[in-house]
Amino acid sequence: MSDLVMLLTVFVLAVFVGIEIIAKVPPTLHTPLMSGSNAISGITIVGALVLAGALQGTEYFHPIGKPMALVAVIFATINVVGGYVVTHRMLKMFRRK
Amino acid sequence: MSIEHLTNTLYLIASILFIYDLKLLARPRTAVRGNYLGIIGMALAVAATLISGRFDWDWGTIVLGVAIGSGAGVVMALRVKMTAMPEMVGLLNGFGGAASVLVGGSAMMAAFVAYSGGPTPSGGDLQMKIATVASGIIGSVTFFGSYVAFGKLAEFLCVKWKLKTWQKVTKYGVSAATAAGAIWYGFAHWDPQSTAEEVYALIFMLSGVAIAGLLLLKKDRFPGMDALKVVTAVAALGFGLLMVRQPENILLYWALVGVSGILGVLLTVSIGGADMPVVIALLNSYSGLAAAATGFVINNDVLIIAGALVGASGVILTNIMCKAMNRSLANVLFGAMGPTGDTPDADEVYRNVKSASAEEVAMVLDSAQRVVIVPGYGMAVAQAQHAVRDLANQLEARGATVEYAIHPVAGRMPGHMNVLLAEADVPYDKLIEMDQINPTMAQIDVVIVVGANDVVNPVARTDPKSPIAGMPIIDVDKARTVVVIKRSLSPGFAGIPNPLFAMDNTLMFFNDGKKAILELLAAVKEL
Repeated sequence: MSDLVMLLTVFVLAVFVGIEIIAKVPPTLHTPLMSGSNAISGITIVGALVLAGALQGTEYFHPIGKPMALVAVIFATINVVGGYVVTHRMLKMFRRK
Repeated sequence: MSIEHLTNTLYLIASILFIYDLKLLARPRTAVRGNYLGIIGMALAVAATLISGRFDWDWGTIVLGVAIGSGAGVVMALRVKMTAMPEMVGLLNGFGGAASVLVGGSAMMAAFVAYSGGPTPSGGDLQMKIATVASGIIGSVTFFGSYVAFGKLAEFLCVKWKLKTWQKVTKYGVSAATAAGAIWYGFAHWDPQSTAEEVYALIFMLSGVAIAGLLLLKKDRFPGMDALKVVTAVAALGFGLLMVRQPENILLYWALVGVSGILGVLLTVSIGGADMPVVIALLNSYSGLAAAATGFVINNDVLIIAGALVGASGVILTNIMCKAMNRSLANVLFGAMGPTGDTPDADEVYRNVKSASAEEVAMVLDSAQRVVIVPGYGMAVAQAQHAVRDLANQLEARGATVEYAIHPVAGRMPGHMNVLLAEADVPYDKLIEMDQINPTMAQIDVVIVVGANDVVNPVARTDPKSPIAGMPIIDVDKARTVVVIKRSLSPGFAGIPNPLFAMDNTLMFFNDGKKAILELLAAVKEL
């Protein structure tokens, strides 16, 4: 199998897994689910790190691309850290009778 | 085991942790643990990435970026008030989208654009080019769409009233920076040798100015808006096609990002009020898809899996929200919600409205055994959640049972009311879903509606021509007595009168949400 088909397979299967595990979430948790999944979407940080941390002369280095990637690292980190902290703050408030 | 295998194994573990994170987030008792698993997963993914470079990194840049991002993220997340949570979620989505745009662009440059003194660029395959186009379009739509959602929720975009200082600084600052940044970059890359380059640079500059202008609008809609949505969407795809053919032309990428930004603004700017939960959920989905697209750019499984999970969760929430309004996604995004020609006259509907004082309402509550509170966006605006809880506690101390009935789209984001009531220390098992409370409505002595309107409008059941026809509502009109706390008889988001207010068993208590509840609390204490 080519790389592309392999990656597409992974993508499609992951979508099905996502639908399966989230379908029955109660309304109480809609907001934390959103902010928690939002933090996960900050996974772009992985790509940003590779590009921002690339040394001169290596495959992923580009003099203009690098500062762009640094900004990407900052944004993605805000997304990840902010998302997890906010989710934690909300979840701590939920309690039973 | 080679380093590559180790990295991929760690990515696999991180993916599993993300799946468990979302699975545990679906149950209140396990949700906190789920969030911790997500944090561990993210830390593992970052560690695996750094290991894969065998420590040959420009550590200074990495540490700088992560430090600034963490600091800003923690400060924002700890300082934000629970009432401002819809804005916060919107804003965080935007950062994810912007990161995807920048990563796509940066990867493209590293692969295709030569620089003096550097090696010949290694190039990339068709998959990478198409994925970069997708990252650029989805990421840019997400970023600008999220910014508009943030601005509308924080009430500084598309409004006519006077702004506070920070609102002015943000509104005009972002507009000025967008226009100035685009013009500066366009001129910096102006190449008189090539007409095509000049055109792309010009389009990028014009896009920036257009976005800046759109963000200054004082209204939601303008003529030709839907046509412009189509034009920008087609233009973005067109630039995408060109980019696949000339990947070394980075101006083309920016032109694509620019027109996609216009599209992002247009798609969100017309949406407001009660439709906001749909948009917030949709933007959440986009941010996941943007991350997945970035995964295809750099051939990275964990990005694709995590992005797909988030995309799926956003789609599910979007679906739930649309169903709760009995509207299709297309209708929310493109249709205008408002009164139709058949809408009855408000004066006619409201002829028999009965207004009551706090003392009168307290008398009604005195003999009530079962009380249900129905909160809406008005409770959030008035920040009345703590007062509501005090009133509920007082009624319970007098022997009544008090529950809360929550409509799925009450508020400005999915689960908005639940978060506010949790902040006020109301146990979540007292919050009852619409479908569960409705069959028992006839046995409820008193329903107190606080700042809700369209979601309790019986017209949705009775009038098939109404704009909210068929929307599931909380059937408060079937309760023995209904107390509606509202400032005035002004219509809700749908713009139609609510016959509930004029029913025989309804008492209107005209006041600000918080003041009303506090007066009511005092009156109940004096009984």
